[in-house]
Amino acid sequence: MSVVTNTTTIGAIDAPSRRNTELALMVFAIAISVFAYANVGLAMDGTLPSGMLGYGFGLILLGGVAHLVVRKFAPYADPLLLPLATLLNGLGLVLIWRLDQSERLIATAKSLYGAFTPSAPRQLLYSAVGVALFAAVLFLLKDHRILQRYTYISMVAALVLLILPMFFPGKFGAKIWITIAGFSIQPGEFAKIIIAIFFAGYLMVKRDALALASRRFMGLYLPRGRDLGPILVIWAMSILILVFETDLGTSLLFFGLFVIMLYVATERTSWIVFGLLMSAVGAVGVATFEPHVQQRVDAWLDPFGEKTMAHSDQIAQALMSFGSGGTLGTGLGQGHSDLIGFAANADFILSTVGEELGLAGMMAVLLIYGLIVERGVRTALAARDPFGKLLAIGLSGAFAIQVFVVAGGVMGLIPLTGMTMPFLAAGGSSVIANWALIGILIRISDTARRPAPAPAPSSDAEMTQVVRP
Amino acid sequence: MNKPLRRIAIFCGVLILALLVRTNYLQYVRADELNTRDENRRVRIERYAHERGNIIVDGNPVTTSVETKGSDFKYKRSWKNGPMWAPVTGYSSQAFDASQLEKLEDGILTGNDDQLFFNRTLSMFTGEKKQGGNIVTTLDAAAQKAAFQGLGDKKGAVAALDPQTGAILALASTPSYDPSTFAGNSDADTKAWNNLLKDKDKPMLNRALRETYPPGSTFKVVTAAAALENGLYTDIDGKTDSPLPYKLPQVSTVLQNEGNIPCENASLREALRMSCNTVFGKISDDLGNQKMMDEAAKFGFNKEIFTPVRADASVYPKDNRPQNAMAGIGQASNRATPLQMAMVAAAVANDGKLMQPYMVAERKAPNLDVIYTHEKEELSRPLSGENAQKLQQMMETVVKSGTGTRALIDGVTVGGKTGTAQHGLNNSEKPYAWFISYAKTSSGSPVAVAVVVEDSSANRDDVSGGGLAAPIAKAVMEAVINKR
Repeated sequence: MSVVTNTTTIGAIDAPSRRNTELALMVFAIAISVFAYANVGLAMDGTLPSGMLGYGFGLILLGGVAHLVVRKFAPYADPLLLPLATLLNGLGLVLIWRLDQSERLIATAKSLYGAFTPSAPRQLLYSAVGVALFAAVLFLLKDHRILQRYTYISMVAALVLLILPMFFPGKFGAKIWITIAGFSIQPGEFAKIIIAIFFAGYLMVKRDALALASRRFMGLYLPRGRDLGPILVIWAMSILILVFETDLGTSLLFFGLFVIMLYVATERTSWIVFGLLMSAVGAVGVATFEPHVQQRVDAWLDPFGEKTMAHSDQIAQALMSFGSGGTLGTGLGQGHSDLIGFAANADFILSTVGEELGLAGMMAVLLIYGLIVERGVRTALAARDPFGKLLAIGLSGAFAIQVFVVAGGVMGLIPLTGMTMPFLAAGGSSVIANWALIGILIRISDTARRPAPAPAPSSDAEMTQVVRP
Repeated sequence: MNKPLRRIAIFCGVLILALLVRTNYLQYVRADELNTRDENRRVRIERYAHERGNIIVDGNPVTTSVETKGSDFKYKRSWKNGPMWAPVTGYSSQAFDASQLEKLEDGILTGNDDQLFFNRTLSMFTGEKKQGGNIVTTLDAAAQKAAFQGLGDKKGAVAALDPQTGAILALASTPSYDPSTFAGNSDADTKAWNNLLKDKDKPMLNRALRETYPPGSTFKVVTAAAALENGLYTDIDGKTDSPLPYKLPQVSTVLQNEGNIPCENASLREALRMSCNTVFGKISDDLGNQKMMDEAAKFGFNKEIFTPVRADASVYPKDNRPQNAMAGIGQASNRATPLQMAMVAAAVANDGKLMQPYMVAERKAPNLDVIYTHEKEELSRPLSGENAQKLQQMMETVVKSGTGTRALIDGVTVGGKTGTAQHGLNNSEKPYAWFISYAKTSSGSPVAVAVVVEDSSANRDDVSGGGLAAPIAKAVMEAVINKR
């Protein structure tokens, strides 16, 4: 495969592989998580939690496997991505386990469903599946450009994934789940990656047409009418998702991702202007007609209003949770973020960070997300092929938008949407999909940073020197 | 492609920056506001996280805190003898807020009061557990017990004061309730609370402070005071100008006395002794509505009284002549709380000086430092010393040889006045039995008391202040005197 990889003959400076840096950071990430776990136990019961060994070994095993896989199959990969993802996943497990201990949530679950199932063991299982998928990506995908072959298959797959939830009953006001054999899957999480693959492949082919064939009007390059087609289709798709699945988050993510990739592919600012205009029109239009979206907007504008509180006090509870954390937080296990009740360990897990780790912890967690995005963008910059650039920026852009939409929603910065914090929140689809996302980014960064092989010897010389048995 | 990539990097940076700004805004700028909102259950969790301070009577707490199970509110209030003390302390419930002292002194009891700031800061450094302060009341446990037991199954109220200081010694109301039954926030608490609300006997009504009754004949003390103060009569043994029968002014109604008693031109002393309606009705009319209102106001009528627990305003009405004459004998629209009538007796006993009634003697910080002590305060002077002594003689005669003989205590001078207030349409309902009195020893008067018994199972003729209410007043006075 490596023959296809390097189209350039310029030998890169022999970059250090940085695998040992990664290993040191991994130790750090796992140690922080294990200490956090011990902290929760000590704060809540005064003793080290009994699951401590299992959790520690589990995390070390997952991190170790991931690291070894990277060492073997992507030796030149970015050294930060894996430790950052591991740290978030580890902290997420601690927070979920901490919320599992909440008497309030246990009582609520018992009164609603008759029984309480702790989420942390399942989350650990999902994390294992996620890391397995991560390893599989690195093992099977020797070069990210293989994905380019599946551009249109990806399109079909993404469409199917996005449309499927329409045919399943909605849960909690949004149709973003599909249920197969008792398992709930959020296809949007996977669609995010597959769509990025499709866009990257499609735009790489079409970008010249979209960029060059345009008319200048008022300082903007307006695309030709027929080139508007794809963006209109995508726009319509995201509006349909919003209307039929009442899922603001996926819709926003989907459209934002497209605009970012279109802009990068064409280098035309006009696409951004168009994109923003269209999303504004779409959002306002749908918000006027869809009661569900309206409700969310009302809750965002007036979280403590009577009307909002009567419907759901989630946002108000989340805001009070953040406020109660203050600068340094109450300490792990000592807050009352479980007052949010429903989805405290999923969509609203950030409130637990805010309350128990305080402003300091929130800033740290947000900066970790910021760093992941930064490493992704850097990978895009370093990538040597347009498909790799587009895919990397698409994935990191989607990641950034998702973080912004969820964290912004929980903190009352924008209306709340039904998405989860990558890695932190309880939920199988999210963890598994995001591990795959990190896997692809690591693969692209490995390709980008890998030193170019020595120029292939001439075929003539090869012919003569081969010794056949 | 790198130029747009860099711009997208900046865009992503802006997104993260927006989140960072927002989290700073929420957790730093708005933290205090979010933290203290009513909707924030943490406020209440914190409030019940440690033991609440106690309300103290005679050096012993009448309240306590007990740990709750299965709730995020760790401690709840409990009372040692709830029904007896509820009219004093009020309730403090996790689910239904608090009332009276429990509510007014909440800051001290929870330890959150600003006066305790230094204390709190100190214990933050010493690592002591947060505690609430204590409220030391003026109440007298023996007097309260006598009052509560004296009322027994009857509906009524007792208020007792120290005339010289205004300290409230007893404050009983029956039927009462046990605030411990709904101090938590469980379903059982809600049930108990709803049952109390539904109870048609209104057990949660503090009759000593919040119920106004027609004071009946006990009000004649005020009317007599008005007559003396305004110079209508100066000699309590001199004849008054009182015809019998006495027709109310402007109307054809003839005012009746209870029974065939010699009230014609009776002296003030005799009129009070026999409780002549005709004499005092005429005095009220002679003085006129304004003077009667003025004198009543000096005794504390027509405004709310804060002990610091609020007592309803007693009412001496602004009214026309016949109604004013009726109000002068405690009927018509004249209404008084038991506390008000205790104040009347107390002012007379204290030689005309009415002291501000109060029930909080001291507030104590959790470390037992006294942070507040009540200073006694004169509220008004409804009587001159001379007139007060005349009125004392009259009231003492009532107990010695009049309607109030049941309140006699060996070796102690007792002054009092009975009352039987009629109410309901055409006086159809059972009357209220009243008795107000004071006891006097060589060192002045240690106690003044007012007792009202609403309806009892006794029939109408038997309901008289002397019969039902006086023994309760006597028991309360004895309880106070025996301790001195």
